[in-house]
Amino acid sequence: MIQELLMRLHLRDRQLARVVNIGTPYLWLGLFFLAPFAIVLQISLAETALAQPPYTSLWEWVDEGVLQVRLNLQNFVTVFSDELYLAAFLNSLWVALVCTILCLLIGYPMAYAIATAPERRRVILLMLIILPFWTSFLIRVYAWIGILKPNGLLNNLLLSVGLIDQPLTILHTQTAIYIGVVYSYLPFMILPLFANLTRLDFSLLEAAADLGCRPFKAFLKVTLPLSLPGIVAGSMLVFIPVVGEFVIPDLLGGPDSLMIGKMLWTEFFSNKDWPLAAALAICLLGVLVVPFVMMQRLEQRMGGDEL
Amino acid sequence: MNRSRWKLYLFLAVGLAFLYIPVLLLVIYSFNESRLVTVWSGFSTKWYGELLHNRQLLDAAWLSVRIAATNATFAVILGTLAANALVRHGNFRGRTGFQLLLTAPLVMPEVITGLSLLLLFVTMEHTVGWPAGRGFTTITIAHITFSTAFVAVVVRSRLSQMDRSLEEAAMDLGARPLRVYMSITLPLIAPALLSGWLLAFTLSLDDLVISSFVAGPGSTTLPMVVYSSVRMGVSPQINALASIVVLIVSVAVLIAGLLSMRQQPAAKAN
Repeated sequence: MIQELLMRLHLRDRQLARVVNIGTPYLWLGLFFLAPFAIVLQISLAETALAQPPYTSLWEWVDEGVLQVRLNLQNFVTVFSDELYLAAFLNSLWVALVCTILCLLIGYPMAYAIATAPERRRVILLMLIILPFWTSFLIRVYAWIGILKPNGLLNNLLLSVGLIDQPLTILHTQTAIYIGVVYSYLPFMILPLFANLTRLDFSLLEAAADLGCRPFKAFLKVTLPLSLPGIVAGSMLVFIPVVGEFVIPDLLGGPDSLMIGKMLWTEFFSNKDWPLAAALAICLLGVLVVPFVMMQRLEQRMGGDEL
Repeated sequence: MNRSRWKLYLFLAVGLAFLYIPVLLLVIYSFNESRLVTVWSGFSTKWYGELLHNRQLLDAAWLSVRIAATNATFAVILGTLAANALVRHGNFRGRTGFQLLLTAPLVMPEVITGLSLLLLFVTMEHTVGWPAGRGFTTITIAHITFSTAFVAVVVRSRLSQMDRSLEEAAMDLGARPLRVYMSITLPLIAPALLSGWLLAFTLSLDDLVISSFVAGPGSTTLPMVVYSSVRMGVSPQINALASIVVLIVSVAVLIAGLLSMRQQPAAKAN
């Protein structure tokens, strides 16, 4: 009797926990993360107006029972026909691709070295990777201005050593963007790679060696394929946010390095063209759907351990 | 094998130097007397003194800290609930969508999140009258939205590695699930909650882009002040501020790291 009552209580508790655990985050993210996209789409179809807020309403009641809906596609026409936006989209994708590859080339050996280090040292090394990730992003980008500018620390060093006799122009070029992005996003590449590589079964490598496989070939045939999930996870964590990056191109980039995140910011804050900024956001989302779906597939297969 | 290990460690050392030298230089030059940040002219702590008299910056810092603490607290609650859902409730209906909502904020470009939240707040104010105006509330809501996803990652990994035999024992002795959760599960995952809180706090303290979109007049956060000053060029005061941030963060991470290191052998011994 008491046993049965307890069982019923437990069951009720568990159902309540289920509703709270699933429902609360779902509700919050649905309202503040998902719903806004519908509003962005709506406003990308509006027109700018000298009003507060600075756009027109999509619908209005003109008569009793007559609803007039006015969809303005001009913003999308502008985005697709203006070469500046197209160039910005292409350059953003290019920068993200180059930086993802660079992060992978630098991050993979680092992650491998940490994953194969003795256990005690591993914790400390991992903390050294995580630490800069916690320090302010803005400040770390700022640090590079002082290093890269014409009379900055790098040029001073190279001039005094005699390697160059004219200061190099690096700040406000695309090269500065590459440096800034790789520097800021490197931990995002290393962490999922490390998580993957620590679970690698290294006896497979020993087996390959016993069978006469050279180390480099064993790496290509065993380690690399097995770490593919880590590579994909890390690459997506770098690629997707970098396509829409604003701070780095704004502070380190120059007038000729167009990036879409910066153009969206300018349309919104300088030109006060909210509908055009919204249209750019929709297009950017469209571009990112493919890599995002790839990441999501992987995450489901791995049960979320890679991220 | 040994020779390739040595090369690997050398590469790691160079990589770590790449990650640390810029920040180190920043700290060194914050003690530079010259206004020209990159030319060394003598040791001085005067920029730290000037920092303490910069009212605009101090006000912004205080606002940022208040937002960050509120954000971190809510994000830990929401993130823990989300982690519970993913680890404890198996394959519930809508799990795919739930997971999607939790990973998307991790990678979503900030300009998109910022713009879409602003447009939501404007629409909400227009239709339901809340939030009236933009400032502390809207920035905090925006920060909770992306911080929750990060907290969920941290708590989830701890929760899924947890030894459940203690919970089962308590259940067998007749404790109700909520009681078990409060007195057994929570203390066991406490280090993850702490590092989740700290992570959410620093993410919020650092955010420029999303805050700029959803802030109103009169609510200027610390990164906004830093950003507008940096756009004018390098400034020794920003170096001093950066050094303080680096110091605080290093100490916090060190404490969190030591806590989790001490926790791990204990967990193993049990």
